[in-house]
Amino acid sequence: MRLDLTGVSAHIDGRPIVDGVELTAGPGEFVALVGPNGSGKSTLLRTVYRSLRPSGGVVRLDGEDLWRMRPRQAARHRAVLPQHSQISEGLSVAEVVATGRHSRKRPLERDNDTDRAVVATALRRVGMEGAADRLMTALSGGERQRVLLARALAQEAPLLVLDEPTNHLDVGSQLLLLDLIRSLGLTLLAALHDLDQAAAYADRVVVLRDGRVAGHGPPLEVLTPAFIEEVFGVRAHVGPHPITGRPHIAVASPAMDAEGAPEVRTVG
Amino acid sequence: MADTLTHVQVRPAPPRRPHLVSGPATGVLLAALVAGLVAALVAGISVGSVNLPLGQVWGIVWAHLSGRGAQADPLLSQVVWDIRTPRALLAALAGAGLSVAGVALQALVRNPLADPYVLGVSSAASLGAVLVPALGGTALAGLTGALGVTGAAFAAAVLSALLVYVLAQRSGRLLDSWLVLTGVAIGYLCTAATTFVQLQLNPTELQGMMFWLMGSVAGASWTDLGVPALLVVSCLAWLWLQARSLNALLAGEEAAVAIGVPVARLRIGLLVAGSLLTATVVSVVGGIGFIGLMVPHMVRFVVGADHRRVLPVSLLAGALFLVLVDLAARIADRPNELPVGIFTTGLGVPFFLWLLRRRARGGSDAT
Repeated sequence: MRLDLTGVSAHIDGRPIVDGVELTAGPGEFVALVGPNGSGKSTLLRTVYRSLRPSGGVVRLDGEDLWRMRPRQAARHRAVLPQHSQISEGLSVAEVVATGRHSRKRPLERDNDTDRAVVATALRRVGMEGAADRLMTALSGGERQRVLLARALAQEAPLLVLDEPTNHLDVGSQLLLLDLIRSLGLTLLAALHDLDQAAAYADRVVVLRDGRVAGHGPPLEVLTPAFIEEVFGVRAHVGPHPITGRPHIAVASPAMDAEGAPEVRTVG
Repeated sequence: MADTLTHVQVRPAPPRRPHLVSGPATGVLLAALVAGLVAALVAGISVGSVNLPLGQVWGIVWAHLSGRGAQADPLLSQVVWDIRTPRALLAALAGAGLSVAGVALQALVRNPLADPYVLGVSSAASLGAVLVPALGGTALAGLTGALGVTGAAFAAAVLSALLVYVLAQRSGRLLDSWLVLTGVAIGYLCTAATTFVQLQLNPTELQGMMFWLMGSVAGASWTDLGVPALLVVSCLAWLWLQARSLNALLAGEEAAVAIGVPVARLRIGLLVAGSLLTATVVSVVGGIGFIGLMVPHMVRFVVGADHRRVLPVSLLAGALFLVLVDLAARIADRPNELPVGIFTTGLGVPFFLWLLRRRARGGSDAT
């Protein structure tokens, strides 16, 4: 599945948030969307998960206009792990994952063996197979996030869009979630905050600043120390990772000295 | 490359099932509710302010059912067939309609404390009803006279739902918090207007109105049943088709859109179905409180939140509940009748408070 955004603009309450963004993700490619808070990452993603209609430009899946598809058809092509989700009170884990089958079922069709198998597989892939009969309200934040990922997997869509999927997860869960989504063989578009994670996992990054693309390409070509300082206002260093030896992006506050203590500055 | 997130051990699943009743047991529950409803209807027709032998009562019912109603004793026939039977059936329909409306509106505003009256529909219906005697003799008497109390209540309820919709949407999309706040505001406005109008009524008119404002299925006739029956059946059918979408909507609007639910259209449909059901029921039986709030919650405690179970179970449980409550209202103080609203609310308020306290504690175990 190939995703193409051509000149996509989006407004919220009449205010332009995203302006003429070009973005492409080829089949099986992992594209990370990075940028400071308020740069328009979530708004851009909303045009891909059809929660906000672009005010200009086109979102295409394999050449077909996403916004001209019927809702169910769109959901068969792209799944979403949204940033904000409400806890489905009174539903069990398996029932929540089964809602991901919505686009595959006719209204009165009952769940069949295929649906149950897809739900079980999705839960196994996220390591939640033992929790199928637990209530969503009884899970921890990290467990809920994995269930929501399983729900997206149950859509069996070739494109997966994720909005800051590692939010609220401990470091171990963050890395394992990223390992997991990269192993799925899907086309991935994910908004990420951690530049080092973006560099380590993504095939390409697209950097947004003030709603426009400020840079795009392979992570280490784009995320140079000078560029990171310009966009994010932090000092950055790219060097070999002390454990893996792979390129690693370290950042520090401009106020931080070599000992790691913030410089005391008198204001006024 | 890791295939699963296995480093964090999932706490072992507790031995109990997620819901008290799930899977095939739901069928048993539905069958039990149907049996209970039939039994309650039988009791509702058999018992009343006048003591009649059971054999005689069912002889008359059977005579009417088999098309020989004209041969039955006219006085007894009137009591049993023209008063008690439609009354019991109306109680069932109103209870079913209110609880299904509660399910629809709780799904719409995603607020557990929402009930069929959250959009101000019942306050508007009351206002419409009191306006009929109040406007008698004015220039509008022709209009209100043509509508009758029921028609005026229905018209006012539909108008208020329309007003709430117009005020709570932005470019066709309904906003949760606006819906609730607009509905509550309109409700207050209608209540204030109703109070003012009531002050203008004479005591006789007021007495009749009070009984209606409290809610009652007394005075039901066969002609009252058609419209509510049609609306309950058609709204339930439509909601039943949306059951999967309603489940998806539990995770929030954005998540539901991602799954492929046409959320904007679904929510407008919920508003229409919930308001029509409520307006119809309220215009026939008045403001019967708490059924629309408590029945869906009790049902969710038992069968979970999957709407494929919640909808049919709520329908039957609501019908059963109101038939029983009406029976209680008739026999508690025989031969006098108490307004049914006293019993539903008397049972409803403690439940409401318990629910509130339970939610305040987090309530994660029993939901």
